[in-house]
Amino acid sequence: MATATFKIWRGDASGGEYRDYTAEFDQGMVVLDVLHHIQAEQAGDLAIRWNCKAGKCGSCSAEINGKPRLMCMTRMSTLPVDEPITIQPMQTFPIIRDLVTDVSSNFKMKRSIKKFKPRPPDTEDGAWLMDQQDVERVQEFRKCIECFLCQDVCHVLREHHMHDEFIGPRHLVYAAALEMHPLDTEDRVADLKKLHGAGYCNITKCCTKVCPEHITITDNAIIPLKERIADEFYDPVTKLFRIFQPKKK
Amino acid sequence: MPDAEVRVSLPQRHFGETARTDLWWLQPLVVFLGLSGFIVYSTWAAFQGAHYTYQGYLSPFYSPEIFGNSRHSWFGPWPLWWPGWLPYSPAFLILWAPGGFRLTCYYYRGAYYKSFWAAPLSCTVGKPFKKYRGEAKLPLILQNVHRYFLYLALLFLVFLSIDVYHAMWFETPEGVVQFGIGVGTIVLLINVILLGGYTFGCHSLRHLIGGKKDCVSKSFGGGKPYDCVSCLNRKHMLFAWMSLFWVGFTDFYVRMCSMGVFTDWRII
Ligand code: SF4
Ligand code: SF4
Ligand code: FES
Repeated sequence: MATATFKIWRGDASGGEYRDYTAEFDQGMVVLDVLHHIQAEQAGDLAIRWNCKAGKCGSCSAEINGKPRLMCMTRMSTLPVDEPITIQPMQTFPIIRDLVTDVSSNFKMKRSIKKFKPRPPDTEDGAWLMDQQDVERVQEFRKCIECFLCQDVCHVLREHHMHDEFIGPRHLVYAAALEMHPLDTEDRVADLKKLHGAGYCNITKCCTKVCPEHITITDNAIIPLKERIADEFYDPVTKLFRIFQPKKK
Repeated sequence: MPDAEVRVSLPQRHFGETARTDLWWLQPLVVFLGLSGFIVYSTWAAFQGAHYTYQGYLSPFYSPEIFGNSRHSWFGPWPLWWPGWLPYSPAFLILWAPGGFRLTCYYYRGAYYKSFWAAPLSCTVGKPFKKYRGEAKLPLILQNVHRYFLYLALLFLVFLSIDVYHAMWFETPEGVVQFGIGVGTIVLLINVILLGGYTFGCHSLRHLIGGKKDCVSKSFGGGKPYDCVSCLNRKHMLFAWMSLFWVGFTDFYVRMCSMGVFTDWRII
């Protein structure tokens, strides 16, 4: 058994403060385990959101020593325990209480993205044929567990609160999954530029660094979308060629 | 987003403020020093206008030599109409192209926004300014020209490959030109390989060669070239740094040989 001190943010929308808690932990324990102990023994009213404890539901997002992480996937052995470990709620979202934030803005953002619109089936029995390579590209984006850690870390939302202008990395990943889908026929490029503000991303890759599913958000989703926007809005030569080309795909 | 309302309860952080306990400032500092060092050296080297060739070697900062006094010059000596008050160096005529390619490169953009503009300095570290325009508005919207610089960079790879060929011909004291390979030839060859690794991993090339299609498998070459570019793209940062260092070193090597500081050893 080793001991660690936690500086946990306690409060609600009206304000709050950091409070210190000291707790013991065993080898192999994760931060969420220790917080549950603190909740059981010292702070019965500590609010934590969690569900699967397996890194798959995306509920337990918080900031551990200033880094957005899943509490259930952060092993105590990876943290220095000679100083207090800071645990705070995600900074980008309104606080409900303690470590629980209101992430509902994300669901509204997601709804603003045009739905999947598949082409008619390829065979008479209603099946579609797709090449493995094409499926694999969008498969990566489907790993997203909607933990919103990437939204939390993105400085456009976190520091500048541009939730009205920019949908953020999670939803750019979602848009990429649809837009690059081999069956999809919808065109989201103009929306991505005008409504969703893809241009606000300055490709500093903090989202990619925090993604617990290791989705290469910036390189594989956002930059390819930026290139598609460039095709349509910023590249006179491509535009010229397009006049002579049949529409999409 | 039309109806996404967000109230943020925690106060905005001050510049440099963060709850992080790791050495978050180290990476932006290293990038700042690395890029600054390169900018200072390359500017100095470009202003020299001399010592950029040795035997068949031509410094990459001066290639292609459009006007100039060496045997590599395309159109002969520097034109007489060039205003006397303007400093002249063959490097000025061409360096904007590879410079523009790197300046608008997706990797470098992310890197220098962080280390030179603190936008942000590092993830979850407070920023120095409140207003933000990103790449959605002028001036940074101009970064979208990157693909045009890519076309030029691909052309430069051809020139630099030809330079490697020229670097295989040496003049004896009797004035006879004969085939050979010197350390400098290898230096120039590595330069092209590293620049190739960097240029062929470009995000705009990845888009152009197949990424823009929803069915990559139906793109040029059945999607194979796309896979190759994607593979290099995963190492884009590595090639960006290696090629940056090596292109500077190549100029330095040729310069030192030309100034008589280094002896260029012949392998063949
Ligand atoms: S790469 Fe773009 S989306 Fe990701 S954190 Fe940075 S600015 Fe935000
Ligand atoms: S993209 Fe990654 S970090 Fe962002 S919400 Fe999905 S799983 Fe979380
Ligand atoms: S509890 Fe489900 S991801 Fe942590």
